[in-house]
Amino acid sequence: MKPFAFERARDVDHALSLAASSPGARFLAGGTNILDLMKLEIEQPPRLIDVGRLPLAEISETASGGLRIGALATNTAVASDPRVRRRYPALARAILAGGSVQLRNKASVGGNLMQRTRCPYFMDAAKPCNKRLPGSGCSAMEGLSSTLALFGASEMCVAVSPSDMSVALAAFDAVAETVRADGSVQRRPVETLHRLPGEAPQVDTDLAPDELILAVELPPPPPGRQVWRKVRARASYTGAIASVAVAGDRVALGAVAARPWRARFTEAALADGASPAEAAGAELAHADGPESRKSLVRRLAADAIREAKEGAAS
Amino acid sequence: MSTVRDWAAPNPVTENRSGLIGKPVDRYEGRLKVTGTAAYAYEVETPAPPLYGHIVSSTLAKGRITAIDTSAAAAAPGVVLAWSHLNVPAQAARGTRLNPRSQRASNPALESDRVEHYGQSVVFILADTPENARAAGGLVRITYAAEDADLDFLSSLDLAGPAPGEEDARVGDFEAGYSASEVTVDDTWFSPLQNHAQMEPCATTAWWEGDKVVVHTSIQMVKGGQHALAETLGIPSDRVRLFTRYIGGGFGGKGQAYDDLTLAALAARESGRPVRVAYTRQQMFQATIHRPAVQMRVRLGADRSGRLNAMALEAVTHCARNAPFVEHAASFARNLYAAPHRLTGHRLVLLDIPHAGAMRAPGEAPGMLSLECAMDELAEKLGLDPIELRIRNEPEVDPDNAKPFSVRQLVRCMQEGAQQFGWSRRHPTPGAVRDGRWYVGMGMATAIRGNFLLPAKAGLRLTGDGLATLTQGMTDIGTGTYTILAQITGETLGLPLDQVRVELGDSDMPPAPGSGGQFGAATAGSAAYETAMVMRRRLSELAAGDPRSPLYGEDPTLMDFANGNIVLGNRSESLAALASRAGPEGVYVEGGISPAADARDWSQHTYGAQFAEVGVDSVTGEVRLRRMFGVFAAGRILNAKLAKSQITGGMIWGVGAALTESNPVDPRFGSFLHQDLGGYLAPVHADIVNLDAVLLDEADDKANPMGIKGVGELGICGAGAAIANAVYNACGVRLRDYPLTPDKVLAALEAKGL
Repeated sequence: MKPFAFERARDVDHALSLAASSPGARFLAGGTNILDLMKLEIEQPPRLIDVGRLPLAEISETASGGLRIGALATNTAVASDPRVRRRYPALARAILAGGSVQLRNKASVGGNLMQRTRCPYFMDAAKPCNKRLPGSGCSAMEGLSSTLALFGASEMCVAVSPSDMSVALAAFDAVAETVRADGSVQRRPVETLHRLPGEAPQVDTDLAPDELILAVELPPPPPGRQVWRKVRARASYTGAIASVAVAGDRVALGAVAARPWRARFTEAALADGASPAEAAGAELAHADGPESRKSLVRRLAADAIREAKEGAAS
Repeated sequence: MSTVRDWAAPNPVTENRSGLIGKPVDRYEGRLKVTGTAAYAYEVETPAPPLYGHIVSSTLAKGRITAIDTSAAAAAPGVVLAWSHLNVPAQAARGTRLNPRSQRASNPALESDRVEHYGQSVVFILADTPENARAAGGLVRITYAAEDADLDFLSSLDLAGPAPGEEDARVGDFEAGYSASEVTVDDTWFSPLQNHAQMEPCATTAWWEGDKVVVHTSIQMVKGGQHALAETLGIPSDRVRLFTRYIGGGFGGKGQAYDDLTLAALAARESGRPVRVAYTRQQMFQATIHRPAVQMRVRLGADRSGRLNAMALEAVTHCARNAPFVEHAASFARNLYAAPHRLTGHRLVLLDIPHAGAMRAPGEAPGMLSLECAMDELAEKLGLDPIELRIRNEPEVDPDNAKPFSVRQLVRCMQEGAQQFGWSRRHPTPGAVRDGRWYVGMGMATAIRGNFLLPAKAGLRLTGDGLATLTQGMTDIGTGTYTILAQITGETLGLPLDQVRVELGDSDMPPAPGSGGQFGAATAGSAAYETAMVMRRRLSELAAGDPRSPLYGEDPTLMDFANGNIVLGNRSESLAALASRAGPEGVYVEGGISPAADARDWSQHTYGAQFAEVGVDSVTGEVRLRRMFGVFAAGRILNAKLAKSQITGGMIWGVGAALTESNPVDPRFGSFLHQDLGGYLAPVHADIVNLDAVLLDEADDKANPMGIKGVGELGICGAGAAIANAVYNACGVRLRDYPLTPDKVLAALEAKGL
């Protein structure tokens, strides 16, 4: 780990001004991801700005009938909030599928969105990785990891987002509200908060260095049942091989792209009356990757859609 | 030398009058551990403020270091020294054994510019804080000249050669017997490379007291570590004092010393300060030993009644080019089933990857993953229940050597297990049971693992306060050794547990071989028992010869020990009184155990039967264990709670072997894909929802004076095979490529049109 400066922000403005004046600085909330990355020298920020004690943990009703979740609400707090559990059960389940109890007790909503990929070649500073060291190459492309992007990848990077929570948020059309040092507030859909790798996989999001997530806003849940499924080799504490969130007529896929992947082709097919299998296939027709992996995602999505439609867990 | 007949007479442990033997008492050191006050090697108090070392590992698999620049690291904040092969202090050449009685040879660190595997230590940094040491490590610049390396096991199978010094074991004429068999199975299984994944990394704290080095390190063998360090430093072993009091998991992976021990000792000598060195989590994967992958071809030939006529297990495995090790994955079969025509043997591929080595139940753990599934296949072909097939092949004597069994309750394990598990509810047709989207099935397998008794000693002191303190150069790797030694000592001396102390893990104490091969309890425990018996005799003689004792003048051989007293008829006195009269130091005795001269006249093993019920997700191919149950027979049980923990812990290892654990070598780099506990998937609590085991009443009077046997490795044996057989019974998919991860299961389901 490289030596670094540590500063605890007094308030949001202080956090933003610190960020604006210290190139390469990172915000620290729960610290469940960035500290690991710093120990491995994958992240080497000269300064950490601790935002963990800012008053941004509230979960409140919005005027439109949705929920506003403060960026510093812990994953545990969100998943156990009665309003979330009643109205957005797929979100609660997605969060509970992530990490471990200990991690969820520390991890914040904002930090969950900002966590970096767990691609094993990104996580190993000795290996070429365009996301970690631009231009060094992609070790995953011909590598041993099987959880590679099916959508939106580039020749530079095939890493996937590890966030389960964001998959459900994308299905709910959630929006991340951010603020910059100049006071400007932006509202960014969670679905597109993360960039696709393109030519610059080292840049995860469009957020400016001095831009801090304040909250995530959930519109009222769509009508219809909600389903969350996560495929993984062991029953807890491991990333998804694939996941799916279904909220009414909306479908989002996880662990298949550098961002939570709204299956728009699937949704359109469903609107046209397609069967769950046909609808799932409509999205996978646009996927790029091994057939076995496409097949898994197709089966998973179809079964989740079927469950949501039929209202019975199989 | 003793004979097993000497062990047949009743003794305080087998009589167990105060009931300490078998009692499920809590861990002796449990409270210290859960309150964070048990000082592990990296945490022990030092006589002066310590310095901290960090090891930089090779990122090359094979070749030479052509340039190494540690100048930036040496100049970094807090750095005291930076060593590479160019400036590390002199150490004995690798393999040197100045003292022919040393159990381990010299094992120098940073010895040359040669790189033999990815993760090898190449630079050592010493600094004022662990953070500064690690940060400086990141500033080291190394240039390598790579050489061609053999890294990928499965693509190197044509390089396989005979295991050194071994020949195939042949009985009868396998080929003829197999081809004449009415029903045959011929399949090949693959079990992958696995890591021990201990919670506590390898770690050492070292300081020098004059010309003597004191090291606290995490190692399973006290003498092995002491001797390895002495030989490496080129000093007599009595100038190395090694402590290893608490060990956060070993599983075979800490059976040897690593570079943390050598470098901590060298750096403490150089700096004149105590030094702490620990491996990083990544180094635990890349730079310690692992269980090698095994490719196993199994051929079984039987007649229509199910009687085996021919059996062959041919294993191909691997080890590091310059560190010979054979995973004896086929050997267990020689003792398990009888067949007139048999062939078992091992082939070895030499690779340029980190060292292969012993991991919990070496041999059986991967080996039973194949044979016990082949038996399941054979049973299906014969239309027999898998248990019935095994009963029909149950031998009268050990099939390997025709020796009588000391005790073999394998059939009873299977039958009791079947009854308690509800085996009769298993539907013999695969895919017949559904629970929603889950296919549900049951499987079983047997378990067998050898039993061993090695020479060991112990010391025992009784002091005037009535406390008995057992001292032994033994280790407790988390298995409960402290606790069972206290139970044995207390029962033998008639003392309650709160008057027994146990001190382990010090090379100055009477030596024991340590923890491994599930020989620890029987070996260290028998030495403790024999030592307590020496103490009984000494105390009896003291009482008989002391006019101040109420037992003065009586026959010492008639005296008994109970409730903290020495007793004869209605006369008694407390051990405390007796010891206090003996002098300020009380009474100290030493004793020990050696294998009986005729111990090898019997076949001695531990046995079990494993039962599993799994669900297979018909949509995704995920396999989830629903419940698991095992019945085991392993001699007299010293502590019902700890023995069960060992057994169920082993079964959980089997769950990992069957479903999740694997660490493939990336042939482009020679490194392992996974290097932390988030990537290397050992089972977590959520995977183990309903798992239990029972141990049959048993005493093996050929094993040792107490009739006990090991339980540390038995639980893993066959466990994974029971799960794989359950997966087949659930969904009809016979996968022979472990672990049975969702991608493989789903591909097989789809191949069946499911």
